[in-house]
Amino acid sequence: MVKMILTGNESAAWGARLSRPKVIAAYPITPQTSIIETIAEFIANGEMDARYIRVESEHSAMAACIAAQNTGVRTFTATSAHGLTLMHELLIWASGARLPIVMSVVNRAMAPPWSVWTDQLDSMAQRDTGWMQIYTENNQEVLDSIIISYKVGEKHHILLPTMVMEDAFILSHTSEPVDVPEQKMVDDFLGEYEPAFKLDPDDPAGFGSLIMPEGPYMEFRYKMALAMDAAREEIRKVSQEFGEVFGRYYPGLVEEYRTEDADAIMLVLGTIGSTAKDVVDRMREKGKKVGLARVRYFRPFPFEEIREIAKKADMLGVVDRSYTFGYGANLYAETKSVLYGHSDVPVKNYVMGLGGRDITPEIVEKVFDDMLKIAREGQVDREIEWVGLHGDERWS
Amino acid sequence: MIMPLPHGDEMIEIRFHGRGGQGSVIASKILAKAFFMEGKYVSSFPYFGVERRGAPVTAFTRVDDKPIRAKYQIYEPDYVIVLDPSLLKAVDVLRGLKKDGWVLINTIKPPEEVKRELKHEKIATVDATSIAIRHHLGSQAAPIVNTAILGAFARMSGLVKIETVMEAIRQAAPAKREENALAAKEAYESVVMGGE
Repeated sequence: MVKMILTGNESAAWGARLSRPKVIAAYPITPQTSIIETIAEFIANGEMDARYIRVESEHSAMAACIAAQNTGVRTFTATSAHGLTLMHELLIWASGARLPIVMSVVNRAMAPPWSVWTDQLDSMAQRDTGWMQIYTENNQEVLDSIIISYKVGEKHHILLPTMVMEDAFILSHTSEPVDVPEQKMVDDFLGEYEPAFKLDPDDPAGFGSLIMPEGPYMEFRYKMALAMDAAREEIRKVSQEFGEVFGRYYPGLVEEYRTEDADAIMLVLGTIGSTAKDVVDRMREKGKKVGLARVRYFRPFPFEEIREIAKKADMLGVVDRSYTFGYGANLYAETKSVLYGHSDVPVKNYVMGLGGRDITPEIVEKVFDDMLKIAREGQVDREIEWVGLHGDERWS
Repeated sequence: MIMPLPHGDEMIEIRFHGRGGQGSVIASKILAKAFFMEGKYVSSFPYFGVERRGAPVTAFTRVDDKPIRAKYQIYEPDYVIVLDPSLLKAVDVLRGLKKDGWVLINTIKPPEEVKRELKHEKIATVDATSIAIRHHLGSQAAPIVNTAILGAFARMSGLVKIETVMEAIRQAAPAKREENALAAKEAYESVVMGGE
């Protein structure tokens, strides 16, 4: 194990390198570009044995990964924002074809207006594509999650692709100490890629053919649904195995921080969770009983964990760094949905940090204070609140 | 033995001001590396922008005795490092700086003279430009001062050993590693501290 100081994007490139994909097909987009630049350098230096395919768009990048993975090799790509949304059609193809591709997604705001800063709408808009989604809080988790995602996705009862998210700049361009595991340890942990099926001239087969309504289309989709459900247990199991080998234990689908005996628990995705831990410690010192649940996997959605978390507190505050125009943001909507019929705990949605607006400990503490007030009063003042809008004195 | 930071429990936050192409972002990374080599936890990042050559650039380094969970920008730095004296007129380099915090400026002027235009007590200066030129770093017209200024920071702050800074530079500088390390040493020896 070597400690290096790496950006989130360099960590992603290392995670890919150690997992030994044979094909990388990618198209540059800020703030993802340094992932594929670092990988291109690894390949050019002979440090990584892979074919690098330069393509003319992200749509083509995913098409190339799908085709390559269909021949029976591991593939990797990376993108952000407009690149990810351009891929949308092929994302659904990749999961439907049951190809366990792993992709880094650097969460960036969608235009207009143009913004290269962090915001999770790009990946939230891919919620229904059949990809697993993991949101990370530091560069170590970025690197480790790529290795874990290959291991989980490639299990023959799973066979689903995964996107590993990093918040733009906050992780992608921030350097931190990262343990880079030995290649041999990763080789032993992951093993050779064993495709469940592949294109083989000696054993011809047709993939993705036309299916009539009476054909097994619905059965294919049902099997995907079962696989995504089974992934929950597999993620917990592989996280444990990863911990035993590498000494870093990831808490499955949700990381809880000081939730025991909490009056109010905040649910978050991504780096807000890291900052919020410091705030929880500081408020606990003042006797304010707050806790944090950092939702790592948004797909599959951790419904069991969230139902248990709801039992621990008098109130849940759900922070989203994106919005679903119409009603409430994604983490909020899913949280309320899985609690219906299981819990009467008040839930409030806090929409914050869109377009990279900085989420400081001060603003997180104000949200916690609002949550504690709701916990005391037993009901929410409003279900959805946008935090920190210009001119809104409530949060300034 | 790892010495605790003199700031008690508090994290140390450092802000770099430079111009695109001067290496401010690399300097923030090399400084993080030096602290890391002395057993500290670190993080460093550029201002989350789209940098262009010649335009003002900001970069940051955080240092702590415990793992750094802070994932937000730096608003009240303990130290400010200015790589280009022309920035004093273009950017409010003192913005948010703690009252007893130090400013280190690459300039030929002594601290007392800088104080006439910059209302702050603790100012240190170093002629990093001449040092960089003497060590053939960059060109006469566009010398690369980012490693020299780190040597001056080691002396000014007393937080990190010059030997460690030199070693971090040798490991991380993209080119002319020994020349860069020696420039840091020279700046360490020639920085002028005002306001003590």
